[in-house]
Amino acid sequence: MKINGVQKTYADNISVSELLKQEGYLREQVAVELNEEIVSKDAYDTSLLKDSDVVEVVSFMGGGSR
Amino acid sequence: MKQDIFMLGGQQFQSRFILGSGKYNVNLIQAAVENAKAQIITLAVRRANSSGEANILNFIPEGVTLLPNTSGARTAEEAVRIAKLSRELGCGDFVKVEIMRDSKYLLPDNQETVRATEWLAKEGFIVLPYMYPDLNTARDLVNAGAAAVMPLAAPIGSNKGLATREFIQILIDEIDLPIIVDAGIGRPSQACEVMEMGAAAVMANTAIATAGNIPQMASAFRRAIEAGRKAYLSGLGRVREKGGEASSPLTGFLRD
Repeated sequence: MKINGVQKTYADNISVSELLKQEGYLREQVAVELNEEIVSKDAYDTSLLKDSDVVEVVSFMGGGSR
Repeated sequence: MKQDIFMLGGQQFQSRFILGSGKYNVNLIQAAVENAKAQIITLAVRRANSSGEANILNFIPEGVTLLPNTSGARTAEEAVRIAKLSRELGCGDFVKVEIMRDSKYLLPDNQETVRATEWLAKEGFIVLPYMYPDLNTARDLVNAGAAAVMPLAAPIGSNKGLATREFIQILIDEIDLPIIVDAGIGRPSQACEVMEMGAAAVMANTAIATAGNIPQMASAFRRAIEAGRKAYLSGLGRVREKGGEASSPLTGFLRD
């Protein structure tokens, strides 16, 4: 699957929770999009991922165009 | 004197300085809050780093309202996507719509901005659109449900000041929403001037972030914005087109 633009291989049916843990993200600090749809935090344990999925993990940054 | 409250999206603010996003570090945030008295700080949404880097939210003091922007968006669709992610990150319903297709001058795309504003307002966001100061667009933004209009003074990060002065004045005069001047303000005197003109608030980042002494410049901006606001509320003295007029009586005893 693709995570933040990088192709990676994970076990089938890995949950969003497990993915965040393995990738080292803190769930309180991020928002997750699965195939351009937001996954709410209470669905992290039940949302299972497949190889064709595209996942974005975002947070607030000191950045922007200014 | 009656307290001068800045109402934005149904919330009350005492400060009319907003810290724009961009050149952030802890010192700048601290200076903006302590010295410039900012109560609103803009943030950008980006792909997260997994290295467990310091969370920017930890550096923002309690009570400061977060204003996520949609920087990076090139279309209304992308702006809506970013806005929804920012709301999911849990910092309320404020969003600054920022849509740019041009990467050289970083000028906002007014047409896409109107589309995104309408869409996000329907989704319940408090929408603050960053725009190129054009009266027709500003009217469209009002109709689209914007909570304020944010015209640029000069290209982002340029510190060039009020390049669009005449057009900002038109928005202030004609648009019945707070006009927050964003981008390009480089000096306290320019912030003061735009507040004298009747702007509701000023957003800046680069002017303070690139100053020699950040806390001192933050403090200078606060005073300039307060001075300009007070002057506006007082009503500026009139300008005589020609000639002078004695401000003290010209007593005639010397030549009578």
